[in-house]
Amino acid sequence: MHTLFISLQSEFYKSRKTLAFWAAILLPVIICDLITFGFYSGSEKILDRHYPPMMLWGNYIGAALNVMGLLVMPFYVIFMAFSVNNIEHKNYTWKMLFAQPLNKFSIYAAKYLYAVLLIFICLFLFATLTYLFGHLLQVLVPEYNFNQFNPSTVLINSYTKLFLSSLGILSLQFILSLVWGDFLKPMGIGFIGTIMGIITANVGWKYAYLIPYALPTLALRITKVKKGSDPLDFPIFTQEIWTSLIYAAILFTIGYFIVTKKSIK
Amino acid sequence: MNNYAIETVGLNFNFGNQVIVKDLSLQVPKGSIYGFLGPNGAGKTTTIKILLNLLKSPSDQVFIFGKEINSNRIATLKRIGALVEQPAIYGHLSGKENLINRCILLDIKKTKADEMLALVGLTEAANKKASKYSLGMKQRLGIAQALISDPELLLLDEPTNGLDPNGIIEIRNLMIDLATKHQKTILVSSHLLAEIERTATHVGIINKGELLFQGTIDELHLLSKPMLEIEVDQIENATALISKSGYDVMTKTDKKITVPFISAQNSGELNTLLIKNGFTVSSLYKQRKDLENLFLDITKTN
Repeated sequence: MHTLFISLQSEFYKSRKTLAFWAAILLPVIICDLITFGFYSGSEKILDRHYPPMMLWGNYIGAALNVMGLLVMPFYVIFMAFSVNNIEHKNYTWKMLFAQPLNKFSIYAAKYLYAVLLIFICLFLFATLTYLFGHLLQVLVPEYNFNQFNPSTVLINSYTKLFLSSLGILSLQFILSLVWGDFLKPMGIGFIGTIMGIITANVGWKYAYLIPYALPTLALRITKVKKGSDPLDFPIFTQEIWTSLIYAAILFTIGYFIVTKKSIK
Repeated sequence: MNNYAIETVGLNFNFGNQVIVKDLSLQVPKGSIYGFLGPNGAGKTTTIKILLNLLKSPSDQVFIFGKEINSNRIATLKRIGALVEQPAIYGHLSGKENLINRCILLDIKKTKADEMLALVGLTEAANKKASKYSLGMKQRLGIAQALISDPELLLLDEPTNGLDPNGIIEIRNLMIDLATKHQKTILVSSHLLAEIERTATHVGIINKGELLFQGTIDELHLLSKPMLEIEVDQIENATALISKSGYDVMTKTDKKITVPFISAQNSGELNTLLIKNGFTVSSLYKQRKDLENLFLDITKTN
């Protein structure tokens, strides 16, 4: 446990000046800023529609969630999986890492956990900033009725779903980036996978849920469908979330065996 | 309890069908500076990677401080500091940050980073990005990383690679210092014999994965049999006389005859013999076979 903590600490230390780390913070800040600015500058148009508070929040949250869930999230996850491994490939530091008196599982698990953590931070910031900026909008534009509905449950539920549904992609991409030191192979496969995922999810293919890349889209779509009836009443652990978690668990284990067999040439 | 810091017993290692290391039996005594010599591609780096358990050796073939490496990986690695091939450095971090990262991984005090920077002369460049370092500076940083945990055993793979003459001398002195004052065992690989000759107490010569020679530096010197070179006039007649007197003439040029050196007294007697027979000896001296040539001979004949 101690070595896992040490490895995790080192992951943070060495990546804290890289784009991968800052992307986790900048991405939500930029996207939420843009959406908030849109709601601020276009407030008259939005006010004209006379949304009830829940619908207003729904629109506001959906703006970030849809951009994130459909397009940005898969690529962001692919990029994170790539970054935490690439830092070692690029600097030829795998051999140094595995020559340290640390067990290989800690080194591997710390890398994986760090990628998970970055995704968590990113989505946590999305949810938090959405909440805070919504209330900020209320202060800036008092005509809005953001203050008449508490969106925290819906925010927590949808971002938790997005987070859990992305773990399948993460584990798959993590292995690809672990095995291949170059940018093109994991990115190329990830790109094709994501497009395939979006298409199969949108045409409603029966087995789309078996493609890890389709899972975030699927997870969010169900949220959307149910929003019409009662937005607070959607379960987190649906089929695609379980699929994602099972993928994550299996691929994480396979990844570990790859690491133990990995010859450091 | 044996006295070896490193012992390999008939070590074999292949990459697929390609034999990289064959029946290698290294014996590196504690406290020695062991020069691990061989031409490029001889299997030096592979051997060092095996010693670090980066490449998995068959069981019961590699022992570090008497312990089998595969079953004592972490305990063994705690006692080793290493520099393998080009130093493993994060380019986007400064030299100091690279060392601090190592401190984190090894769970040691971060003040060690400054100490090490001073030791390898990088204090002024401490906060410069490591990617902006020259090759020599990177090499020093690599050595600092290897030393930071104060390990008993150091594995240095071509540590003077890319260093200027001053840097080479510094590293050489540092190695001697570490071995003599701090009782470290150092295994240092190189393809340059002259480099090893100045520091090493023991030498192992490897070629195509096989150990061709192993012993102390003195034993290596003994291998290179000294010769007696005689510059004399009337070379043909002199050669005839020397041969007739029971000496083995090794080589003969227009001016010089070379015979095996036996002893100083024997050289004197040979001189007297030539002079008594009317030859003019202009010079007579003991010549040691250049180790560089010896090295080439050893590695070529294999």
